[in-house]
Amino acid sequence: MTDMMQPGVIARRLLLRRALGAGAVVVIATRAMAAEQGAQVKIDNFTFSPTPLTVKLNTTVTWANHDDMPHSVVCPALKLKSPPMDTDGTFSHTFDHVGTFDYVCGLHPFMHGQIVVQA
Amino acid sequence: MTIDLNPQRRGFLKCMTWAGTAMVWTVAGGVPRSRLIGSAEAATTDFTFVQISDSHLGFDKPANPDVTSTLKVALDDVTALKQQPSFMIHTGDITHLSKPAQFDTAAQLCGATKLTMHTVPGEHDILEEDGKSYLNRFGKGTKGDGWYSFNAGGVHFIGLVNVMNLQANGLGSLGNAQLEWLEDDVKHLTSSTPIVVFAHVPLWMVYQDWGWGTSDGAQALTYLKKFGSVTVLNGHIHQVMQKVEGQVSFHTARSTAFPQPAPGTAKSPGPMVVPAGELKQHLGIASVKLVSSKAPLAIVDTPLAS
Repeated sequence: MTDMMQPGVIARRLLLRRALGAGAVVVIATRAMAAEQGAQVKIDNFTFSPTPLTVKLNTTVTWANHDDMPHSVVCPALKLKSPPMDTDGTFSHTFDHVGTFDYVCGLHPFMHGQIVVQA
Repeated sequence: MTIDLNPQRRGFLKCMTWAGTAMVWTVAGGVPRSRLIGSAEAATTDFTFVQISDSHLGFDKPANPDVTSTLKVALDDVTALKQQPSFMIHTGDITHLSKPAQFDTAAQLCGATKLTMHTVPGEHDILEEDGKSYLNRFGKGTKGDGWYSFNAGGVHFIGLVNVMNLQANGLGSLGNAQLEWLEDDVKHLTSSTPIVVFAHVPLWMVYQDWGWGTSDGAQALTYLKKFGSVTVLNGHIHQVMQKVEGQVSFHTARSTAFPQPAPGTAKSPGPMVVPAGELKQHLGIASVKLVSSKAPLAIVDTPLAS
């Protein structure tokens, strides 16, 4: 399971930064920042937004539920099943495989979303 | 939309709309008949039972910050009945998030009525441990994911579970194992046996865009074709919908917690916030209206246009 931000990833990147030249530092720092900021998917009115969402490999995607009903994220291809998110609840998952991943809300599977992970 | 007023075809069901959060069913002469809680009727010796639904214990949002109170009101209406029903049926979403404390509150409140409660789970009741927290409490003596049947008052009751494997289109499903069990369960019954089927998600297609239907519900109904009286009771959509099709009558019950919009009338099926002071009216507690059985039924064919 690779849910939530992994402190180890950041630590490894810092080590890497020290080992590399100045040119590489900029790139790595940018990537680390992107990963830290992650990507957001909002849930409003039983709708995932944005979808599809395209992210870089190893991006952490955070879903935030703004509805008065609980929702969840179920992605069969990743065997991913979040706990129910109640109002203002969030769930995060770090995508560490390239590919296109369809997901639904486990409580309301007519809600569809898609994450496209690029290298 | 069809309105069938042929008394021969719908004679078994003296039907009416109701505005109570609980609904009483009377079986007179082998024929299930619904009436409103709150309607003034003398106590009879008929067999009766009550349906409540969608209590969503644990919900605390603006649509109803106190769902425990409104469930209590509904149960008070039940205990105030002149003739105590034989039992209650809860058609699911007992809790909002399947939390032990929410189940405990339900058991405590419903237990206070001293009535046996037969339940089926809603999708909100199986969020923990793949449904085991529900089954550990309510699954005793049931098959599979919690389906079962029993006989009472000359009626054969069948509780079905259609929330375990919601389909990608959002619809409920029964699954092959349950369908095979159902076929076998009714095989040896005589066709004159009144049948009452209860499940959380409507067995008929109310509104596909919101997943308000059961993908293999029609298959289940083929096993019930031979019976002269089939009554299907559902919840899930937090509003009254009725349809009569041949010898089968379909009903969905109101919630005791909060209303949901009519199909397609809102952006989503989320809880409907109504003006302050009107909630109970929408849950139907305060305003009981009985429509004569001679009046046309409020029959809804699916889906309603938005």
